[in-house]
Amino acid sequence: MTVTDDRPTYKWVGTRPIRHDGYEKVTGKARFAADLDLPGQLHAAYLRSPHGHARILSIDTAAAAGMPGVKAVVTGADFPDLDPTDPNFDVSVNVMARGTVLYNGHALAAVAASTRAEAAAAVAAIQVEYELLPVILTLEESMADGAPLVNEHNITKFVESDGPSNLATSNVVERGDVEAAFAAADLVVEREFDTAYVHQGYIEPHACVVDVGPNGKADIWASSQGHFMVRALTASVLGWETSRIKVTPAEIGGGFGGKTTIYLEPVAARLSEKSGRPVKLVLTREEVLRATGPAPASKSRIKIAASNDGELTAIDCWFGYVVGCTNDFAGLVGAMSVASYKFPNLKLEAIGALTNTPKSAAYRAPSAPQAAFAIESVIDEIAQTLDMDPIDIRLRNAVVEGDPTAMGMPHPRIGFVECLEALRDSDHYRSPVPDGAARGIGAGFWFNIGEQSSATVNLNEDGTATVITGSPDIGGSRASMALMAAEELGIDVYSITPVVADTESVGFTDVTEGSRATFSTGMAVVNACRDLIEELRARAATILGVDLDAVTWVDGTAVTDGKDPLPLSAITAKAKSTGGPLTVTASLNAGGAGPSFAVHCCDLTVDEETGQVTILRYTAVQDAGTAIHPSYVEGQLQGGTVQGIGWALNEEYIFDDAGSMENASFLDYRIPVASDLPMIDTIVVEVPNPAHPYGVRGVGETGIVPPMATVANAITRATSIRMTSLPMSPPKILAALDTD
Amino acid sequence: MRYTSPTTVDEARSLLAEHPGSRVFAGATDLVPQMRSGRPAPPVLVDLKKIAQLMSVTHENGQWTIGAATPTANLTRNHDFTAMFPGLSEAMGLIGSDQIQNRSSLGGNLANASPAADSVPAMIANGVQAVIATADGTRTVPVAEIVTGPGRTSLADGEFIVEFTLADTPADTSDAYLRMIPRTEMDIAIVGSAVRLTVSDNIITDATVVLGAVAPTAVTVPDAGAALIGAAINAGQIDDSALNTLADAASAACDPIDDKRGTVAYRRRVAGVLTRRAAATAVERAQNGA
Ligand SMILES: Cc1cc2nc3c(=O)[nH]c(=O)nc-3n(C[C@H](O)[C@H](O)[C@H](O)COP(=O)(O)OP(=O)(O)OC[C@H]3O[C@@H](n4cnc5c(N)ncnc54)[C@H](O)[C@@H]3O)c2cc1C
Repeated sequence: MTVTDDRPTYKWVGTRPIRHDGYEKVTGKARFAADLDLPGQLHAAYLRSPHGHARILSIDTAAAAGMPGVKAVVTGADFPDLDPTDPNFDVSVNVMARGTVLYNGHALAAVAASTRAEAAAAVAAIQVEYELLPVILTLEESMADGAPLVNEHNITKFVESDGPSNLATSNVVERGDVEAAFAAADLVVEREFDTAYVHQGYIEPHACVVDVGPNGKADIWASSQGHFMVRALTASVLGWETSRIKVTPAEIGGGFGGKTTIYLEPVAARLSEKSGRPVKLVLTREEVLRATGPAPASKSRIKIAASNDGELTAIDCWFGYVVGCTNDFAGLVGAMSVASYKFPNLKLEAIGALTNTPKSAAYRAPSAPQAAFAIESVIDEIAQTLDMDPIDIRLRNAVVEGDPTAMGMPHPRIGFVECLEALRDSDHYRSPVPDGAARGIGAGFWFNIGEQSSATVNLNEDGTATVITGSPDIGGSRASMALMAAEELGIDVYSITPVVADTESVGFTDVTEGSRATFSTGMAVVNACRDLIEELRARAATILGVDLDAVTWVDGTAVTDGKDPLPLSAITAKAKSTGGPLTVTASLNAGGAGPSFAVHCCDLTVDEETGQVTILRYTAVQDAGTAIHPSYVEGQLQGGTVQGIGWALNEEYIFDDAGSMENASFLDYRIPVASDLPMIDTIVVEVPNPAHPYGVRGVGETGIVPPMATVANAITRATSIRMTSLPMSPPKILAALDTD
Repeated sequence: MRYTSPTTVDEARSLLAEHPGSRVFAGATDLVPQMRSGRPAPPVLVDLKKIAQLMSVTHENGQWTIGAATPTANLTRNHDFTAMFPGLSEAMGLIGSDQIQNRSSLGGNLANASPAADSVPAMIANGVQAVIATADGTRTVPVAEIVTGPGRTSLADGEFIVEFTLADTPADTSDAYLRMIPRTEMDIAIVGSAVRLTVSDNIITDATVVLGAVAPTAVTVPDAGAALIGAAINAGQIDDSALNTLADAASAACDPIDDKRGTVAYRRRVAGVLTRRAAATAVERAQNGA
């Protein structure tokens, strides 16, 4: 279902064509990185640290190098040491340990051999002497006075520091007079929360094939959210010039933020360089869980003041994110989730703490879900205490255009109120809660980002078109690019071929992240099309022998008074004689990304004897700005919701005392299975983003922000206990019921 | 590693005798994942699925004979079998997914010797016997005597299970199996509970309770059975105090481990809950003849 505010109706935008890449995907022809095989290719395997933290005293690879089939071995010594102040220092160290292993699973050597089995056998023959160092696993251990250093190179960001520490970041934001507001409040609710490490859980393990030729140039085929990012980071880790590397984007089997960085490519490149053969490197699921991702674990303390009529007058909150062994973390951004409500008085503190666990990575709306879980839970408790409807209390306090965000900048035009109203008026919310079940509500948003994109649009001789971009398609963006181009040019969406081109065939484009591809790359496509239309008008004027000003572009045709309209195909057919090929490239650094708000609603039951939660009905409402391809918007809402439900109910990293992950498989790291869930209903709200030609906001991330609180709030209403710790797995719910 | 596919029990027997350390398999749904996760591959693999006797299901003279390599789907889709042993059938119907059940066998589920194997408690509760091919003949033992610990069985090197036998249930007898997993499928039991019982004139006259996943092997809980025997049934409901004693006995019989899959306290608690629920279902089935 779609609820539209006031936007123009379009011919193509808002329709649901079959995705252009659909045939390849459903017939198994789409090529993911692991599907590629090159003649003479070797297979690589890693040696990973069995210790949570240790100094590497020596690595002896001699025996491994002499094993059958082995063609190359690399260790940290094969990579340049970046300066610790280099922005890619942490990536470099995570790709291959230098001197110290920082977590159990940290790569410290790799072997390329004729077969994967030979590579694995050789890895087992590498001799390493370790000196064990203290392993820090929790926020408390990390922040304790005199705690041993997790990573001797970590310098705290955003604050003055006098040397390395375990603090990754520290930020404080304040406005108004929080103390006074609490003193004057009718009601104050304060709670502490914690959440576990969770993995992005993409189906496709990281994979690449790298071929370094005799000229020293590397051809890389990789699955990632941004091949220009792969090129830049690989170049940096290897100490190479960017121009030595070409990256061809393979299809991607899910990323969710986890493929916005690299793990494999420099290793495969060095192995290929040393062996003179192409090298294929594919992670196992166990490696994916132990050494990529996850999203940070967290603790938080939230205190909110309210008046008896439900005005939220102040918030004082502290968030501690457990970010893993290195420090490239954007915790504060996520903690900005407080900005869903007006809160005239606000104090927000966020820190990131280092631990000897895998370096955390972005995961849909990075670090916002943890914050929203806490805040939305406390707001729900206030609504319950005041006996207010949970939608009403949110409507009473929801931010609208002009209200300050946490940092003080005003919100642009946003659709939070519209989302709340859409849920309030929905069939789900208006139907009675089923017998024995309870209903919960939660909200959240994500800022979204713009960043750099390029697009080239080529018109073909017969009037069809090729739209070339550099944004890997992780959620149906090819179809959206084609739809916007069809709308602009006035031609059939199926006569457009959207292509994601390699780093040498399209202009620089930032990673597909921050829900930006349809927004920013879409804007580049629209700009290119508009420039192309100018050119088409000029060509039409030449063909028709009239002034340029006399030609207008209407629905795919050049129109001039007194002459037959000239369709696009008639102009492209005469391209040669009117000035040559019709092609335009547009590039931009997009501003004006529009925040996307969401409100979720869930009906569930709790088995009070086993602690098991069954979700009966779930509706996700979200502002898309304009849904270019509604099916893929709905898919994003559903996907984010399902991942959030997994985060809420069962997903967690379980470490032993030495920092070894005990559940590194999809059997024991429990993402939801299909039968765990009802169909996730969606309501797409359209409050167009004024900064985008079609009003796009970007919808990829917000969907994961509300589910944890939505589920927790329903559980509270079902059981009268407030679950403040994720995951809310059956044993934890039963234990909470028992102590209640 | 060599793959072999004998067509007779004798042929399999001599292959196993010739190649010590070789492994038999049926569906390979345990074997292949174990080998892929690094368990050493045996020198010879003996595929049992080409031996007709191991793939057949017969029902004659009040006795069922089930080939040890028969896919469990052949039983869960067998209406007569499922009507007579609804609990054993539902236990098999919980193994993995449709794809898994089209391959997974009772022999493999048992001989893999996982404490959490779903069919095992229900097989034991129903008194299933295993017919084992030995070096020079066969021996028949109760299923309860096969598994001796996690990954360990009483089968000697070279022995394998040929088939399982079980007698028709007497009148007014039925069974039920319930397991706890945090999700709804594709997960490993944290607790499994099988109950088989007989109801006569609204009194439970016979009962067997077997728990899975709460001890190194599936455990028969005589105290739990005893708690049910003699219990009165009122309007289909088992007497409350009997149910409480039953649940306590089930919890007390647990000797679980604390691991990533569940805590000791949780497993104990839920063993009682599931056993009570399984008993209620078995009574309903026994009384309604379903
Ligand atoms: C995705 C997935 C989900 C699963 N879910 C469940 C579940 O929910 N519940 C559950 O209980 N199990 C589950 N399993 C495990 C497995 O499917 C079952 O244990 C199955 O019954 C094994 O049967 P099989 O024929 O495939 O055994 P195989 O893999 O062929 O053999 C297993 C072991 O038994 C031995 N063996 C096999 N047949 C004989 C015989 N006749 N005599 C002696 N030894 C023998 C083999 O040597 C091997 O050691 C799951 C497995 C997978 C892959």
